[in-house]
Order: sequence, then structure tokens, then C-alpha cells
Amino acid sequence: MARLRLATVWLGGCSGCHMSFLDMDEYLIDLAEIAEVVFSPLVDSKQYPEGVDVVLVEGAVCNVEHLEMIRRVRANSRILISFGDCAVTGNVSAIRNVQGGALPVLERAYVELSDPSGGIPSPSDIVPKLLDRVLPVHAVVKVDTFLPGCPPSGPMIRTALEKVLTGEPIDLMEHHLSFGGYGRPKGSEHLPASPSSSQSHS
Amino acid sequence: MAVKTLSVDGQLISAREGQTLLEAAREAGISIPTLCHLDGLNAVGACRLCLVEANGRLLPSCLTPVAEEMDVQTQTDRLQRYRKQIVELLFAERNHVCSVCVANGNCELQSLAMRLGVDHLRYEPQEPECEVDLSHERYGLDHNRCVLCTRCVRVCDEIEGAHTWDVAGRGTHCRVITDLHQPWGDASTCTSCGKCVMACPTGALFHRGSSVSENVHDRETLHALILAREEKQWLV
Ligand code: SF4
Ligand code: SF4
Ligand code: SF4
Repeated sequence: MARLRLATVWLGGCSGCHMSFLDMDEYLIDLAEIAEVVFSPLVDSKQYPEGVDVVLVEGAVCNVEHLEMIRRVRANSRILISFGDCAVTGNVSAIRNVQGGALPVLERAYVELSDPSGGIPSPSDIVPKLLDRVLPVHAVVKVDTFLPGCPPSGPMIRTALEKVLTGEPIDLMEHHLSFGGYGRPKGSEHLPASPSSSQSHS
Repeated sequence: MAVKTLSVDGQLISAREGQTLLEAAREAGISIPTLCHLDGLNAVGACRLCLVEANGRLLPSCLTPVAEEMDVQTQTDRLQRYRKQIVELLFAERNHVCSVCVANGNCELQSLAMRLGVDHLRYEPQEPECEVDLSHERYGLDHNRCVLCTRCVRVCDEIEGAHTWDVAGRGTHCRVITDLHQPWGDASTCTSCGKCVMACPTGALFHRGSSVSENVHDRETLHALILAREEKQWLV
């Protein structure tokens, strides 16, 4: 069987989800047998390729570069997994949304709170322009599976990948997915499993 | 005391007259999710998470008294769908950033989301501008995390007897307030007993100085206090 074409993408996140990916420890060796990492901040490829089977997308869509990237990723990938809270909800990356737009955010950072007060960097082709609102991935493109958590734990990522590899449907709620926590929140052990599958995207 | 016999999820149970469907179901070991409900406080039916289908009608189980031959369903697909929607809407209404929240891992909204299979929000977050009140020397209030369950309002009124809290404003402008919308630290009615902090299901009320995941709502102490008051049972 041909090796699966796996990619990971880093948008507006802290890279914690990628660190968690590395936290799969020795499973990475097994994974390397069945999957080839064709694009990732962990490998040296510049252009997102075509024909990707599975992609894990970390981070929210915060600037024009992310927007362009996520559209390319969607067009060239079969299964897109929203990877971690920033991708799923916007999370910390989206805290700036209450400021009401890119300009007020830049003013706050570079003028009001900087000492001495500086100037807002002019838009250039070096720093991509901020979007007015930070968006979760599914607000821009269709997402196939959600993997919340800040970050999702290594074992959780492994479970998701194992299911994808065997072509099984993924109902990750049975694995105590949760926002915020690493894996599961404290005291949640007694909660019954989810009543229904949570995959449908609407 | 009159006994009522009814069916819950196809199981015949008997309940005491005057009991609510929620109480009767829980006694029979059937779990119904709730958020605004807290044992020992008057029920208000604010969150609608405990909706059940009784004789085909949707009713909040925390406010519906048991009746003879009632046919109650607590887990239909329709109910699960509504419950999931309610939780998603609560998340979308204010600003919830679990990863940096004092209540992370100790939050009823978060646990409900897990339990109901909420893995993302289908609704656009409203992202309102909300204030944080740190004027009280021991406690803090973060409107970003408030779900308007009014547990704080009821516990302060019904158990502590201070009635510091109230609710002001309508719709998206609705906020819990202290005294006549004074900073909490200036609220002369507050006895600083901390019961509202114990009762709050989310990270909206917290102990000052607690950091991410550190704010534990001491529900056991609160229940002991409520029990002491209601049943004159004092734990020593
Ligand atoms: S209050 Fe609960 S749901 Fe809201 S951010 Fe805090 S932990 Fe998350
Ligand atoms: S600390 Fe006690 S008195 Fe003060 S607002 Fe909370 S419950 Fe009421
Ligand atoms: S502050 Fe807490 S207890 Fe009070 S209404 Fe808001 S969520 Fe409920």
C-alpha cells in the first residue's frame, strides 16, 4: 500500500499543537512507516503540495496569508482536521476580536501600550496584513474533523490518526475531548459518553 | 403523602407529590443535564437544559411537578439536539477562552459541552465587550464568562440573606450587578461570605489571585451550608 500523504499546517497558533504532535513519542516511528509527511513546519518543503490525504491544521485564520493558505490546503487535501482550540474556536488568537478590528488592535499594541509610543508598521509584503476578525478554520473552509484541546494530547492525536488511517469514522467525543484542557478536564471521569456522533458539520 | 406513579424513559417510577420531574428522575438514577439548577436553591428554569418531553410536550423538568401517569422522555434525539444547541449558543454569547480561564477543568459549561458532544461551535461568536470587576478585595467578576444562570443571585438572597446580586439590562446587555450597579467592592450589603463564588458554574466569579485552572468552586461546603439551613443538620 502506498504511504499516506500527511501534512501539518501552522496558522495563528503558538505551535503547542505541533509540540503535542511530537508528544506521540515512539508512535512517530510507526507513523513514519505508514505515512509520509509531505508538508509541515517540521520538514523543509516550501509549497503546500497537491493530493494530500490528511492534514492537521493548527491555529486560527488571522491574516491574509493564512486565508490564502487555508484555501489552498482545503483544495488540495482529502481530510482536513481542525487541530487544537485556536483552529476550532479562535481561542487566544481571537481574544483581539473584542477590540473590533485590525486598526484598533494595532493602535493598542504599537501606540497606546508601547513605551515609547511607536508607529504602526506600514503594510508591506514582509508582514502580512491582519484580518479585522480572527476566524476559526471552519468559518472559512469545510472541516472534516474537530480535535479541540489546548493542546490536544499526544494520545488523542494518535487516536485520531489511527482512525483516519484505517478509514474508520472518528467520533472523538468518546475520548473526552474538551476545550482548554490537555485531554480531559478534572472531575469529568463520571460523565457518560456522548449521546450521538458529533462529526456532522453544518 | 400522596404518591404519584409515572413513567420516565419507559421505566415506571413512583414519586412524592410536589416533587419535580428532575428530582424524581434523579432519585430513580436517571441523569438530566442542568446548568442554572443548584440543589437547595429555588428553581428558575433559566437555561432550559433540563427540558424533557412529557406527554409529548417540551417542559423544563426542574419546574414541572410530577403527575400521575405522566409519560416522560429525557433522552430523545430532539432533546439532545436542543441541549447541544443551547450549550453552543451559551459559548457564542460571551467570550469563553477555556485555555486561559480560571475555571478551566472546573467548569460546568465545559463539562456539559463534553458530555453533549460539542466539539465546535456552529454559531458565530458574538464577541461582546465585557467588563471585569476586581473592586472586591477577595473576589472577582468576569462578565466574559457569565452564563446568566442567576445562581449567584439566588444563593446570596436565599442562603446568605444579603441580596447583593441582581440582574440588569435586557438581551445582549443583560448583566449581573451588585447593589444598585455599584462596583462589588463598594456594595455595602455584601458580607464577603463567598457563597456566590461557590455557586457559580463557570469562571465568572472567582477568588482573586487564582490563575488558570486554579479556581475550584467549593460545592461541598456550599451544600453543607444549604443542608444546615434547610434541615438544621450541622456538620461538625
Ligand atoms: S467559564 Fe468554562 S467554558 Fe467559559 S472559558 Fe471558562 S472554562 Fe471555558
Ligand atoms: S460574597 Fe456572599 S454576600 Fe457577598 S455577594 Fe457573594 S453571596 Fe452575596
Ligand atoms: S456570575 Fe456565575 S452564578 Fe452569577 S449568573 Fe453569571 S454564571 Fe451564574
